[in-house]
Amino acid sequence: MNEPSVVSAIAGVIRRDLLLAARRKSEPLFTLGFFVLVASLFPLSIGPEPELLRRVAPGVLWVAALLAAMLSLGRMFAADYDDGTLESIALAPVPLVAAVLGKVAAHWLVSGFPLVVVSPLLALQYGLPADVIAMLMISLLIGTPVLSLVGAIGAALTLGVRGGGVLVALLVLPLYVPTLIFGAGAVDARLAGLDPGANLSLLGACLALAALFAPPAIAAGVRIALE
Amino acid sequence: MPSRLINWFRFGSPQSFYPLAGRLVPWFTAIAVLTGAAGLWVGFFVAPTDAQQGEAYRIIFVHVPAAWMSMFLYVIMAFWAGVGLAFNTRLSAMMAHAIAPTGAMFTFLALWSGALWGRPTWGAYWVWDARLTSELVLFFLYLGYMALNAAIDDPRRADRAAAVLALVGVVNVPIIYFSVQWWNTLHQGASVSLTRAPSMAMTMLTGMLLMAIAFWMYGLAVVLARVRAIMLEREAHTDWARELKEVGQ
Repeated sequence: MNEPSVVSAIAGVIRRDLLLAARRKSEPLFTLGFFVLVASLFPLSIGPEPELLRRVAPGVLWVAALLAAMLSLGRMFAADYDDGTLESIALAPVPLVAAVLGKVAAHWLVSGFPLVVVSPLLALQYGLPADVIAMLMISLLIGTPVLSLVGAIGAALTLGVRGGGVLVALLVLPLYVPTLIFGAGAVDARLAGLDPGANLSLLGACLALAALFAPPAIAAGVRIALE
Repeated sequence: MPSRLINWFRFGSPQSFYPLAGRLVPWFTAIAVLTGAAGLWVGFFVAPTDAQQGEAYRIIFVHVPAAWMSMFLYVIMAFWAGVGLAFNTRLSAMMAHAIAPTGAMFTFLALWSGALWGRPTWGAYWVWDARLTSELVLFFLYLGYMALNAAIDDPRRADRAAAVLALVGVVNVPIIYFSVQWWNTLHQGASVSLTRAPSMAMTMLTGMLLMAIAFWMYGLAVVLARVRAIMLEREAHTDWARELKEVGQ
């Protein structure tokens, strides 16, 4: 019997999750809608002065993206856990680490990447100049995978747990702090005319660390939930 | 040699650890009371008034040891959680579980005393400086650990899930600390450092170390008392627990 390779296993999980997302379009769109809605609430609450909005834009847009990414964590494993698919994945002859990496990648493609694509529109609403918008996209492009990786740990640990949604927020938000600081910091630096290189490098370091350490922790969380 | 090894592992089982912990608690309590009294006496009556901050600085004798213990206990908690996860020992997970509330209490104490200290010296109860912010994040990590533990009904699953979270947290604590420090700092530099001579009077250092020992011993006493309660709760079905005279039917 041919053992499926790790790469084909990851690709298979990604393909399946993307197909599922394509059949249920409302859920990915909900994440995006939430992002736009939260970002639109801030001008209503703090006032429409362009100067003020431009100054808070990096932080506001990053927090909105972070909350939107967090909101979608619940459905990363929940449906598969409920109908037993997750158990079959865990029993498959490929490492569970590879399978969860595929699920995280699919989650990012469905919930993280669209945020990167939509962010320039919101940045324009906040009156950011073009080079700062580019920096916002770059920082989100590096940062949102970290949010998916770290968030998946929380999602796995709270599978089938009472009050899972609120609990995920409590577990995951403190761990999001470095990503938020470096991501918003890079955009802020560009807005102030400074070099955002250091922030971007540290954001990249966060991504490297998360890519290395998060998958085993996610796999451990899934195993514990399946016991 | 094997006999000595067995002696150590003997206390890995709740049955033999329960009476040991019971015997240790009064001793740690006594040391905590004595060093606490000595530390407070040194802090309030012996240590000189600070040239810049006047009498307000005296809260350092509570604030700094509490902050030390808050971080120290998180590492110890993660250590026991890791041991429990790796070797599947029941007692380690119970220890981690018992440490969390005390660690959270010390974190809260450090935040609260820091706010009271900040008002006269910085003119504000709260500033978004690196150490305050990372201490706040640490507080949330403790709360998350306890919330996850409480949310899962099966104690063995709760132990293992919370252990993974504690290990993830302990990897993140330095990252959070440095990210926040890099983000902004106006806190005074560390008052005590291992690499250079302390920048404070000897009596002040003595008071602080005495208070640190007092907090440490208090932590040990409370954690052992709590782990005894957890052991009884989880082992209530066993013969040794039923035969204890304090359980008595």
